[in-house]
Parts: sequence; structure tokens; C-alpha cells
Amino acid sequence: MMQAPADADLTRLIYQEARLIDQGRFDEWYALYAEDGLYWMPLAPGQHSGLDEPALMYEDKMLLRLRLDRMKDPRAHSLHPAVRCLHVLQAPEVTGRDAAAAHYTLSTPFIYVETQGDTQHILAATAEHELIGTPQGLRIKTKKVLLLNCDAALPAIQLLP
Amino acid sequence: MSQPMPMQPPDAGGESMAGLVQADRVHRDLYLSARVYELERERLWKRAWVFLGHDSLVPKTGDYYTAQIAGQSLAMLRQADGTLAVMFNRCAHKGSRLLHERQGNTGKFLRCPYHAWTYKLDGKLMSVPLKNDYEGTGMSASPSGQGLAAPGGVRNYKGFVFVRISGAGLDFDRYFGSTALATLDNMVARSPLGELEVVGAPLRNVIRCNWKMYLENINDTVHPISTHESAATAAAGIGKSLPEGDAGTSLAMEQLLPFGAGYSFYSDMGAKVLPNGHSVLGTKASIHSGYAPLPEYEAELAARYGADQARALLSFSPQNTVFYPSAAFKTSPSLVRVLRPLGPDRTLVEAWALAPKGAPQRLRQRVASYARLVFSPMSVVAHDDVHLFESQQIGLGSDGNEWVSLHRGHQAGEAQSPELALENGNNEIMMRNQYRGWLRLMDPA
Repeated sequence: MMQAPADADLTRLIYQEARLIDQGRFDEWYALYAEDGLYWMPLAPGQHSGLDEPALMYEDKMLLRLRLDRMKDPRAHSLHPAVRCLHVLQAPEVTGRDAAAAHYTLSTPFIYVETQGDTQHILAATAEHELIGTPQGLRIKTKKVLLLNCDAALPAIQLLP
Repeated sequence: MSQPMPMQPPDAGGESMAGLVQADRVHRDLYLSARVYELERERLWKRAWVFLGHDSLVPKTGDYYTAQIAGQSLAMLRQADGTLAVMFNRCAHKGSRLLHERQGNTGKFLRCPYHAWTYKLDGKLMSVPLKNDYEGTGMSASPSGQGLAAPGGVRNYKGFVFVRISGAGLDFDRYFGSTALATLDNMVARSPLGELEVVGAPLRNVIRCNWKMYLENINDTVHPISTHESAATAAAGIGKSLPEGDAGTSLAMEQLLPFGAGYSFYSDMGAKVLPNGHSVLGTKASIHSGYAPLPEYEAELAARYGADQARALLSFSPQNTVFYPSAAFKTSPSLVRVLRPLGPDRTLVEAWALAPKGAPQRLRQRVASYARLVFSPMSVVAHDDVHLFESQQIGLGSDGNEWVSLHRGHQAGEAQSPELALENGNNEIMMRNQYRGWLRLMDPA
């Protein structure tokens, strides 16, 4: 039987995920997600479903793959000049731990900065992660990004908060 | 002693805009000039019938929905008798906004937070504090004593609420005409109950470009192949790796794959230009025509209308019907994009998902999926559009050519036919037609 991860193992994955996005290592980032992984950005506070009503983003691994494949295309016009981002994370808090089911939840407030040329956008959000233990190690089952201003009129957000 | 400021309307001088629009091209000042924008606010956005919102946003007495339309703060409120009232969201006393949320319920009356003037739901003044102090003054006879002002025209067309700020101008039916309105008829008829409702919240985007660029693009069939090449190529790559038959059943793939269609696909769509700048793109087919059938829902419509009529109803899936200048509707997936200019170089675009009341879950998921894949600030499709609109807004400032070409398919005398069916969906006549509508609304008279 696998040993239950310590809190530090769980939080390490959260920091690692943010760092891989910031460094543009998207394939490694993608590998952190479970096969049934999901990336959800609700459009309204308390949104109950990203499937039955519009969301900012609600993507399974197939759609995340599509997103990353597009970013590699030299004709992804919006990415010229290059877009860079930075996550500034508050210490992730382990909010749930079910070692028997290998299921863990974490909550991480953060500031996200995206920059391109001379423009820069700043967003504030909380990430809610569901992590699961797999034979290959910890994986992200769900990342839910709760933007503080999810219902505001937003500029294009090109990378991954 | 200082002189009072002379009273001068912002439109003084009756400037003509005719020099900015030629038969086959338009001047860059249309997009760049603060003066043109100011005159648009004064003329075009007040004379046009502008989409305010869907009435399902305000189902119960006292429910309200507010919007900013080219500087005008408007509110629609559900009355106790079930009807709607639309008024300016401006206290009759000193102008404070009465409603500060985009949507909510005000209870049985409206109360200004500043001096507690209160109004009935229809805008009539109910009470003011220190009433006795107003005796013998001219307040009650003045506009301030008349309660909340209302726009010149309001029309609830089968749940779609439009306003005309000005008291003068074309009446609603003449402004849109039966061909444009047929798109709304179709959307409503797709509901077995004859009623639509808004699904979830709108996707709201602020884009640093002139509103007319966005509206032109709604009729532009030639950009997808180059603008959306990266998204379409990625979708095609994923599509190939899916198991046989899967691509047709995945909502996302059936919605994204058509973005890779070639010029001939769009050319074959067919289109119609209509008076006053309106148009229908995709009269014969569109990127929405190939969605998987929903047998139970279709059987329900067939029982209601008969099989032939139900089929005709569902096969009308234009790419967009432009309700100039403020909205573009898709019948399937049932969706409206709403344009709210914020300045000469800033535009708010909202995408509202709609579905028949009691619609099968799959239909709601279809519109939710399309809205987020294509119109979200996180959309892999919209990123390239937004980037290029913003690039165009900056690029047009460069000297060397002051004109924007709209020559594709131009034929001398085409403007003589106010309503024209086109075989070729790639014709820029839809944009030339928008500018003919623009000129008419910008007439200084």
C-alpha cells in the first residue's frame, strides 16, 4: 500500500504546477493532470456547473491538448509578441484529506500577471485543486480557478491562470 | 461677472459624414476619430433600435436588468401586471443611478440612495422627503417632478427587448423588417413552449478596438481560414486521433472543426443584405449546420409543427443575423452577441446563451459549450480575433493609406437594391451595406 502524502508533498505539486506554466513547460504541466483531469474557470461566483451553462473555461484533457497544440503553432497570431505570465502564490492550504480514497483538496489564493509587449494584465484568484494518488504519483484531478472578477468584462487571457 | 456657457448641442453644425463612406471603401476616421464617436453616440445610437436584453432576465415583479448603451444608463423592470417598463437609470432629482447591480430585484418600488426620492416600478414619482418645502416651487411641473424618464421607443419582440433612445425615428418593424425578424421568430419557434430563457451568465469581453470592426467581422467569411488557422489545425489534429465516430459526438469537436473550412465552404453559404445595415449570413448553410441531431427534441417539434415544418425550422442555422448596430443572433446554437461601445477604441462584447424553456440538457450544453469555446476571454478561437482587431485599431493610425478596402465583389449600382439575396457568402457587400446603414443613421438632419 502506498504511503499517504504529507502536506508538503501536496503543496509541492501546487507550486510545481504554477512554475511549469510560468516557465512555458506546458507538456510537463499537462502530464501533471490525471487522465480524467479537468480545468474549470467559473463565470459567476458559486457557479454550479461549467457544462450546463457558459463558463470562462471548462476543459478536459482533450481540450487542454488542443489549447497547447494551438500555442505551438507559429500561426497562433495572438501569441506574437510572446506572452509571458507569472503566478504569485499564497501558501496553499490543505482543505481536505481522504487518505483511504487517495483524494486531497487544496485552496491557494494567488495573483496572476500576464504580459505581452507593453501591456500587462493582473488578475486575482483562488485555485481549488483536487489531487488524487495514482500508481504514477500525485495527479491533478480538478483545478478550479475562481477569479475574483470572473463576472467582469475581461481582456483576452492567453495563458493559464 | 462670468458669462454662462452658451447652450450648444454636441451635434451643432450638422456635420455630414458622407465623405467618410464611399461605395467600395471607408475612411479610417470611422474607427479612429473621437469626433466621429461622439456623433455616433448623439445620432446613431439614439436613432437605432438597440438590443437591451432578454426578458427572461427579469421573471418576477420588481426584477430589474440594467445596461450601459453608448453612455445611456438604462434599466428594464418587471411590473406587477407582468409587463416590462424600460427607463433611464437616473434619479429625477440629481442624477444618481437608482440601480447599481446589473441584475436584481428592487422590491415594490425604487428608492434613490442619495435623498430617498422614491418611484413606482413604472418610474412615476411616489414621494420625496420634506414634501412641504416643495410647495409653491416649480418642481412638480418640471421634468424632475415627472419621475423617471423613458427612452423614445421600447419593444418586447417575443422576449427580445429593444429600445430606441430618441423619440423620433423609424418604427421597430420598419427598422428591422420581416427578414431580420424571421431569425428571432425561428429561435422562439425552436422552443416547444414558444419561450426562450437565458442560460447562465454572459461572457463579457472588453476589446481595445472600435465597435464597427467587431461588427464587420461578424459578417466576414474570409478571415477564419487565416485568422483561426492555429485553432483549426489543432482541432483537426485532435479530431484525427479520436476513435472513429467520436468526433461527431463530441460537442467541442463538432463546434471547432468547421473553423477550418475553406473559402469555398463560406462562398457556398449564401447571404442576404437588408435595409438599415442588417444582414443574414449563411442563408443556405453555415458552420452550425452539421450538429448532431437530437431525436427526442426534434420529435417534439415535429409533433407541434409537422415533420416538414420542423425540419425547415431546424435547418435554418445562419452563421449570424446582424441586427445593426447592437446585436448578432445565431439560431443554433441559440445565442446573441451584444455590442456596447465604450469609446472610439474600446468595445464591450457580451455573449448570451439562450435555450428553449425546458430544453433537453444537451441543447443547453451545446450553447454553453459554443459560448465558452468561441466567445470566452479564455477562448482559443477568439484570442486571434481579438488580437487582430486590436492590431487593426493601431495599424490604421499609420499614414500612407487612409482608406479601408471593401471592394470584394463590388458592383456599381448594388446599393439600388436595398434587399438582396447573394449566392456568394464571401462578398464584402455585407460590410458595405453596414456602412450604408451607418450613413443613414448618421444623417445630420
